[in-house]
Amino acid sequence: MLGAALRKELLLQWRTRGQLMAVFVFGATSLLLFSFAIGPNSEELRKFSAGFLWLGLLLSSTLTLSESFHEEMENRALEGLLLLPSDPRALYYGKAIANWLQLTLLGIGLVPVMVVLYDAGTTDVLRVLLVVVLGSAGLSAPGTLYAAMTAQVKAKQTLLPLLLFPLIVPALLASVKATSLAILGDPMGQSWSWVGLLSAFDLIYWSLCGLLYARVVEE
Amino acid sequence: MQEVSVEVERVARRYGRRWALAEVTFSVRAGEVMMVAGRNGAGKSTLFRVLATAIRPDRGRATIGGFDVVKEREDVRKLSAILAHQNYLYESLTARENLEVVADHLGRRRRNVLETLEQVALGSRANDAVSTFSAGMRKRLSFARILLQEPRLVLLDEPYGALDPPGFALVDDVIRDLKSRGVTILMATHQWERGAKLADTALVLEAGRTIWQGPAAEALEHEPKGETAAGSVL
Repeated sequence: MLGAALRKELLLQWRTRGQLMAVFVFGATSLLLFSFAIGPNSEELRKFSAGFLWLGLLLSSTLTLSESFHEEMENRALEGLLLLPSDPRALYYGKAIANWLQLTLLGIGLVPVMVVLYDAGTTDVLRVLLVVVLGSAGLSAPGTLYAAMTAQVKAKQTLLPLLLFPLIVPALLASVKATSLAILGDPMGQSWSWVGLLSAFDLIYWSLCGLLYARVVEE
Repeated sequence: MQEVSVEVERVARRYGRRWALAEVTFSVRAGEVMMVAGRNGAGKSTLFRVLATAIRPDRGRATIGGFDVVKEREDVRKLSAILAHQNYLYESLTARENLEVVADHLGRRRRNVLETLEQVALGSRANDAVSTFSAGMRKRLSFARILLQEPRLVLLDEPYGALDPPGFALVDDVIRDLKSRGVTILMATHQWERGAKLADTALVLEAGRTIWQGPAAEALEHEPKGETAAGSVL
């Protein structure tokens, strides 16, 4: 069942792939605007680069997460799947994994933009990519749940960030810290503690949100 | 094949302060075709959505093949399929892909998909996106979706809506075919004469209440007159 749900999600994402490019441009533009706030001080730019990368990804994520339920609600297609019947948990994990892949791609795309705009080059590229993968997982699991909750309300574009942002603060903080240490250097070896904390939050989000999804989508 | 009867006992459902269904009671024998008639707002769609387990009743009890629509929702869903106003289709996917999604989720083989599309005269449009379809073609594809499910109870909410005359004939053929296979059918329609010819029994709703139930052939004499129904206050 999970395979069927994931196949459907990937197919839907492929059909709307142009939108991912638009969201990437939005994320890159956000990074550019944030750099203006710091000014031409390259030391300062480098210091705040990780935070701005994750802010850019966070803002972009609300667009992709919200959009991932657009087709599900258009003709009540999600209800149609539930009535087949389909396991709501499989539907949730299918969508959450697809959103995770999309956010990871987006994050990987934004890293070079950050390096160029903030002069934030690093030799520890693999660690940055690992944090992007784990941090995207931390955004997509609760993000998919809340996007489902807000999909049927009129002010969903406003409501989704209001609900999502407070919940993902721990994962966001861990992602920023781990990325920052990979860029600025990690003489005390703290980076892996933040990666461990991020993984723990991912585990909690992915377990709890899967259990709660059925209550959200069923009347 | 399992035979499925329907028992509805004092089922009521409200939206806000308005009761869309006000204690409706009826039963349908296994393999029977029942026409559910009534004006707009009479409660037909709400009744069907309760029976399909899309929404829960606020009062009363309904069973499908002995399974309760609230407590045994999964069992009811395995037995039934609904043709609803919302067609449950993904706009950006093709007709074939929409049915493949259904087949995949049901754990069925995909090889029946093209055959089912041929059955509803959409074989030549199998690889076209649903967003390019007319309302009638979407209705046909929704029918294909139901056929692929192989249900024992079919709930058809306005099956003739948006269809052309060949579409009408197609729906009639599908209903006759399902009936010959012992499938229980509930059909909500404004096409009283056409529905009465296909149905065994009829139920007429008005403002969420049953105003008549009996043989389908006599239903035409009980058609409500006047303006649109608007729900009830219990």
